This record gives sequence, C-alpha cells and structure tokens, in this order.
Amino acid sequence: MKLGLVVDLDTCVGCHACATACKQWNTSGTIGPLSDERPHGKDPSGSWLNRIHSYEVGDSPHSKTVNIPMSCMHCETADCVTVCPTGASYKREEDGIVLIDQDKCMGCNLCSWACPYGARELDADSGTMKKCTLCVDRIYDEQLPEAERQPACVLTCPTSSRVFGDFDDPDSEVSRLTRERAGQQLMPELGYNPVNTYLPPRNPKQQDKIEVSPMQGVRQLVNRIINR
Amino acid sequence: MHPAFSVLIFTVTSGAGYGLLAWLGAGQLLGLTQAYTIGLQLTLGVMAMVLITIGLVSSTMHLASPKNAWRSFSRFRTSWLSREAVFAVLLYPIAALYAAAIFWQWSMIDVLAGLSMVFALIILFTTSMIYASLKTIRQWNTPMVPALFMAYALMSGGLLFVAVSGFSGVLNPQLLIVVMALVLITLALKMVYFFWQGKPTGATIQTATGFSQASVRLLDAGHSAPTFLNREFGYQVAADFLLRLRIVMTFAVFMLPLGLVYWVFADTGIVEILAVAWVIMMAGLLLERWLFFAEARHVVRLYQGDQRT
Repeated sequence: MKLGLVVDLDTCVGCHACATACKQWNTSGTIGPLSDERPHGKDPSGSWLNRIHSYEVGDSPHSKTVNIPMSCMHCETADCVTVCPTGASYKREEDGIVLIDQDKCMGCNLCSWACPYGARELDADSGTMKKCTLCVDRIYDEQLPEAERQPACVLTCPTSSRVFGDFDDPDSEVSRLTRERAGQQLMPELGYNPVNTYLPPRNPKQQDKIEVSPMQGVRQLVNRIINR
Repeated sequence: MHPAFSVLIFTVTSGAGYGLLAWLGAGQLLGLTQAYTIGLQLTLGVMAMVLITIGLVSSTMHLASPKNAWRSFSRFRTSWLSREAVFAVLLYPIAALYAAAIFWQWSMIDVLAGLSMVFALIILFTTSMIYASLKTIRQWNTPMVPALFMAYALMSGGLLFVAVSGFSGVLNPQLLIVVMALVLITLALKMVYFFWQGKPTGATIQTATGFSQASVRLLDAGHSAPTFLNREFGYQVAADFLLRLRIVMTFAVFMLPLGLVYWVFADTGIVEILAVAWVIMMAGLLLERWLFFAEARHVVRLYQGDQRT
C-alpha cells in the first residue's frame, strides 16, 4: 500500500479547516499534545502539521488565487528518514506512512532540514519533532464507522478538496483523480518522490467544451428557443 | 538558515582540534615530531583533544532532547550525523592509546599516529557531509563543502601546530611554508565557492507550486505569527551587509594570518605573532561559519515568499 492524499487546487477555498481539524485531532492523538507557546500572548507560536499557503498565479487582471495546503507528502525517497541519527524517524513498510517515534527523537532538527516541504516542526515543549501521521490512529481504528476511517483533514474539508487513498491501487479514487486530472508532485526535481499529488485548477475555457450527445444538443436548442 | 551558535562553536573548534591531531599524526609518520620532546608531543595531543571535546559538548547544546543523544549511534548505515557520532567516540580510546604510546615510547606508535590521523580526517568528512548531503539547501549540496571543511581544519590546526611547536623552541621554516600554502589553497577554494554560489539555479517558486507557466506570488503564508519554520529557515540578512562580512571574513581567515605567518617566516621569527595569527584566524572562521549558515537558503523559503533559492 502507498497511502497518501490528493488535494484539488481547483476547489480548495483556503478556509484552513483542514489545518484546524488536524491540530484538534492530533493534539490528543498518538504524537500529542501539539503544544502552543504563548497562545494568548503578543507573539503566539505552536506546532501545526498542516499549513495553507495562498498564492496569486498569473498577472492581474488574468490572475487567480490558488490555495495550497501542505502537510507531509510521505515521500517514497524520504531523506528525513535517511538523515535521522537516532532511528526515531521511520517509514512504514506496509503502507508508506512516515512517522516519528516520540520516545527516540533527540530534537537535532536535521530531518526538518532535509524536508523540502516544511512538513516537520519542532515542538518547543516536548523537544521532539512533530509531523503529519496521516491520522494513523484514525484510519485503522475499527471502533470507528468505516466512512470515518479517514484523516481528520479529509473528513472536515467542506469542499471535498482532499481525498485519501491508496496510490498503489490503480482503481482507487486518488489514482483515478491523479490520472484524469494530471495530478502533480510539488518540487519533483529534488527527487524525493512525494506520494501526495495536487490537481491543478481546471482551465475555464475547456470546461465550456463539455461533449454533448446529439439528443442533448437538440434538447438544449429547444430549451433555448422556449426560454426566449 | 538560522546560525545556531553552539553549532558554529562545534564545527570551528573541533575542526581545529581534528586538524591539529591530523598534523600530529602526520608529523609522527613523516618523522617530523621525533625531534620534539615527549612533553611537547603530549601538549599538542592534549590540546587537540580539549578543542575537540569543547566542540562536541557544545554540539549537544542545540539538541532539544539531549536525553536521547545516546541513540544517535544507532543509524550508522544511513545517517551522516550518526556516522560522525560513532567515529567521534571511537577516536577517544585511539587517542588515549596514542598518548600512552608517546609517553612510554611504544614501538607501535606509528600505527596509533596513523589511526588517529585517519580518524580525524574521517570525522571532518562525516561532519561536512551532514551539510553536503542535504538536497534542500543548494549552497551546501556540493563536494566543495567537505573539501572546504577539511581545508579549514588542516589550515587552522596546522597554524596551531607550528605556533605551539614554536613556543617550545622548534620553529620549522618549512612547516611555515606548508601552512601558508594551505591558507592559499583554502582561499582559492573559498573564492571558487563564492562565485559558484552566486549563480542562480535550483528550485524556484514555480517548481514549488507546480505552476511552471505563470508568475507566482505569495499572498498569505498561512500563519499570523512566526513559526518554527520561519525561525529555522527564514533567517534573512541584508545583502550588502553579507558582502561586507565576506570581506571582513576573507581578511580575518586568510589575508591577515597569511601576512603574519609570512612576517614570522621572512623576518622576525617571533612565535607570539603566530599565536596572534591563530586567534585572528579562529575568530574569522567563526564568522565564516556564521556566513555559511546565513547565506544558505532552504527550499522551504519558497513557501514563505521567496521566488528562488
């Protein structure tokens, strides 16, 4: 299995619900708590496992706002695991999830240096590295109804821009979406082979050219005449 | 990259220590130190180990959970940091045996001297590879980084070697020439590094976001207060200030020590000047290491507003 996420950049509205749901679930999950420093002070800070960056793509007036949520990509070539001197960072063989053993981490920061996506943040309180677990404590929990055995960020997304699944299965929704919508990796040139893919925004001009059958065409023509 | 002071101290002082130990071992193998008294040889060896130990202790200061530091010996097969830790600890018994061999004039002293030298060079290499193996920081991901780290260590260790020998009345003019040559070689390497570093290349905001056909600008980084990632990777210093620091660094590490060593070589023969040159060089190397961090731009910065690395 190669578990990961697909994020649809066409429909993501940048509401930060995924980041908030992630913090809420994981602060009491297996790697929790995700501590905050001075949460009500002037310069609050804290560890988050998912952050949303908003970009302006293209030049005004033909520009578009694109929100890119970033969490761990669970890379196939995970350098963060290779550089770890203590063995705290590891990639699970059975499903490819990259995790940190909180009891072994010595807080040297080297894995965060090796990560190009900013997926790892040092928890100032515990002195250990924290990162996305792909909600490993949710997705295998048989106490939960089957529909809820998904990462918290996926469940909460109001526009269903996040899809969770197995990239090794060619018929899974994540594989199908990546194939049909030309899902791409971020910074592929570094060679980390991130598992998560991002679906680029649809081209509005192409959306107009939806193929219609001859019968539908006649029906549309009739509708248009009647409306007039 | 945020320059952590403990890491600057670690790489500079332990670098000089390993360099000094490598010189002592090489001196033994080449038959140079046979003319030295046992006291001088031991002084040089102990100085090297003290510098190394100061550095190693300092390096553990930047760990957020030092209680788990002992685990860092466990991933020797993949992690350069683990390899460094293993070799650094293995050197201690070897160095202790080397010191005993010097004191009691054992016949196997050459083997121990050679082993100490090789281990010192290996540790310097493993330390530099921690930085050079990171694909995320293009300023570090080059074979020039291990070459430079080893050159700095042999240069600063070599200058300390001749200075301390000089204080004991053994001032070898040929060794001064070797030190000057090392300074010049390192200077040339550093200049090549500076020119290479200035060339724009590597990941850009386009590859980081996947929008390769359009201009991309960050509107909102997604957080209203600085995060761990900002503090660790967002370190920003004005470009003209960095340029001025580069000039100061070049004078402190290379020009001034080179001039002072040449002065001792050609004219005065006053060993105190060598000590002054070494202190200036070490201060300069601290600045060099600070620049090494401050000028390194991690690709995560592309998600915080940078257009290129």
